[in-house]
Amino acid sequence: MSVWLEALSWLSMLAGSLVLLVTGLGVLTLPEYYSRLHATSITDTLGAALVLFGLAVQAGWSLATAKLVMVMLFLMITGPAASHALVKTAALHDLSLPPRRRQEDGDAGAD
Amino acid sequence: MTYFTVATLAILVSMAMLLVRAFKGETVYDRILAVNSFGTKTVLLIALMCFMTGRPDFIDLALVYALMNFISTIAVLRFTRYHDMLDDDDLRARRLSAPIAPAIEEELT
Amino acid sequence: MLALIDVVLLAFLAVTAVAIVRLRDLFAAVMVTGIFSLLSAGLFTVMDAVDVAFTEASVGAGISTILMLATLAVTQDVEKKRWRRRFSPLALGVVVVTGAALVYGTSDMPRYGDPDAPIHHYLAPHFLEHTPDEINEHIPNVVTAVLASYRGYDTFGETTVIFTAAVMVLMLLGGAATIDRRRPGGGRMGANVVLRASAKPLVPLILLFALYVQFHGDFGPGGGFQAGVIFAAGLVLYALVYGPDRAQAIFTGRRLEALVALGVLIYGGAGVAGIVLGGEFLDYDLLAADPQDGQHRGIFLVELGVGITVAAVMTTLFLLFTGRGQPAPWEDRVGESEGTP
Repeated sequence: MSVWLEALSWLSMLAGSLVLLVTGLGVLTLPEYYSRLHATSITDTLGAALVLFGLAVQAGWSLATAKLVMVMLFLMITGPAASHALVKTAALHDLSLPPRRRQEDGDAGAD
Repeated sequence: MTYFTVATLAILVSMAMLLVRAFKGETVYDRILAVNSFGTKTVLLIALMCFMTGRPDFIDLALVYALMNFISTIAVLRFTRYHDMLDDDDLRARRLSAPIAPAIEEELT
Repeated sequence: MLALIDVVLLAFLAVTAVAIVRLRDLFAAVMVTGIFSLLSAGLFTVMDAVDVAFTEASVGAGISTILMLATLAVTQDVEKKRWRRRFSPLALGVVVVTGAALVYGTSDMPRYGDPDAPIHHYLAPHFLEHTPDEINEHIPNVVTAVLASYRGYDTFGETTVIFTAAVMVLMLLGGAATIDRRRPGGGRMGANVVLRASAKPLVPLILLFALYVQFHGDFGPGGGFQAGVIFAAGLVLYALVYGPDRAQAIFTGRRLEALVALGVLIYGGAGVAGIVLGGEFLDYDLLAADPQDGQHRGIFLVELGVGITVAAVMTTLFLLFTGRGQPAPWEDRVGESEGTP
């Protein structure tokens, strides 16, 4: 495999790993349900896509790549759908959305 | 293969953090979120192990996992509303309505 | 690296098990059980047991969680407080003695993965070496060959057990009539455009994938059990998003009951065909002119029987358990536009 392809695969998987770490970190440390949902919905799909892309480049043109592409497509469709369902169910029934932040005079608002 | 190692370590660390959230989870939705995310990480872990052990059969397994994760999340979300017939109202009230996090509340007052 | 994954996954498993026991909120316990099953599948994959991991994935992470939640919906979901003191010296003594006896018993067993263990000298090499000539040289998946042919009796027993469980649940919960009773309001998430749009192309693909797993079991991981569960999961998704009444339009109670029995009938029929043709029960060699073809046909038939029974049983259980509670509040507002609350 050419150096460029190896480098692309390595880069893609490295980026994917960082994004996945951010997912876990976000879910653990953010204070509130809706914030954690932010952490999961974007980074899960992106991290998965990057890692799977890196693996597919490693596999070259083969059946394994086709299957990996299928997994990637599946995750990209169902990930956001599941996040949507999570928000919808919580917002419509149980959890109140966090209240808006009001700007007051003399408040040290923008950092 | 070093990049497999890095990716695997990242996934395992992320899984550990999600587990903590699944156990602590202030509301039931936090737990559902954690389990859903955990499922996605498992899919990736299996795909990585497929490459590490050199057996391309495992990818079918990853596909099944992605599927089951999705279906089970949808099913769980549907069933969270069936808890109208509880005896233990106090536990349900505590579980379902999350208090605003104190950090946010502080900034408002 | 794999050793590290092993250790970490086992540690997670232990922590998860403790959490399941300690949680009093049963809903949370069911969710954490889902995590437990995901971890087990990871461990099986590390151990190179792909068929087992496949089955664990389909059954544990999907259907089992859904059925347990459906059960919770009709019972209360908080574990009762204990009414007596928690520590019992008698119980502790029994556990310690039994555990010590078990540990002492395992000290005689061969070490894990030891190539000199008796199991690796008697049956396992026989299966691995003789599958091409005794069964069929075109079936590379020895697990399927063992499951369907060498150990066909066991598999028949398992299929009958699943069938019996379904029959018992049907008897307890009212049978086909319960499934067919039209529920008011539907009970669906179909008002949700996103879910409907994403489930619509997925359901036929899931069913197709189930068929792929069923017939591909000879060559790769797969087979009847896994295929049946995946098929049922596809139907469950359809029922969740579009409402059980639409799912029941095709799979009525009577048809499901018939399908549950049909699978076992096919399996038993393949066995009896062996007797009728002059051999023993489940003797596939006689099913065609060439014994290898006969084996292939026999394995195909029994896997089909298992797949049909498992799919029908899982769907029946799901339809029996669900929809017995009140419809969710959003389902009363069918057709309401999607706005922010």
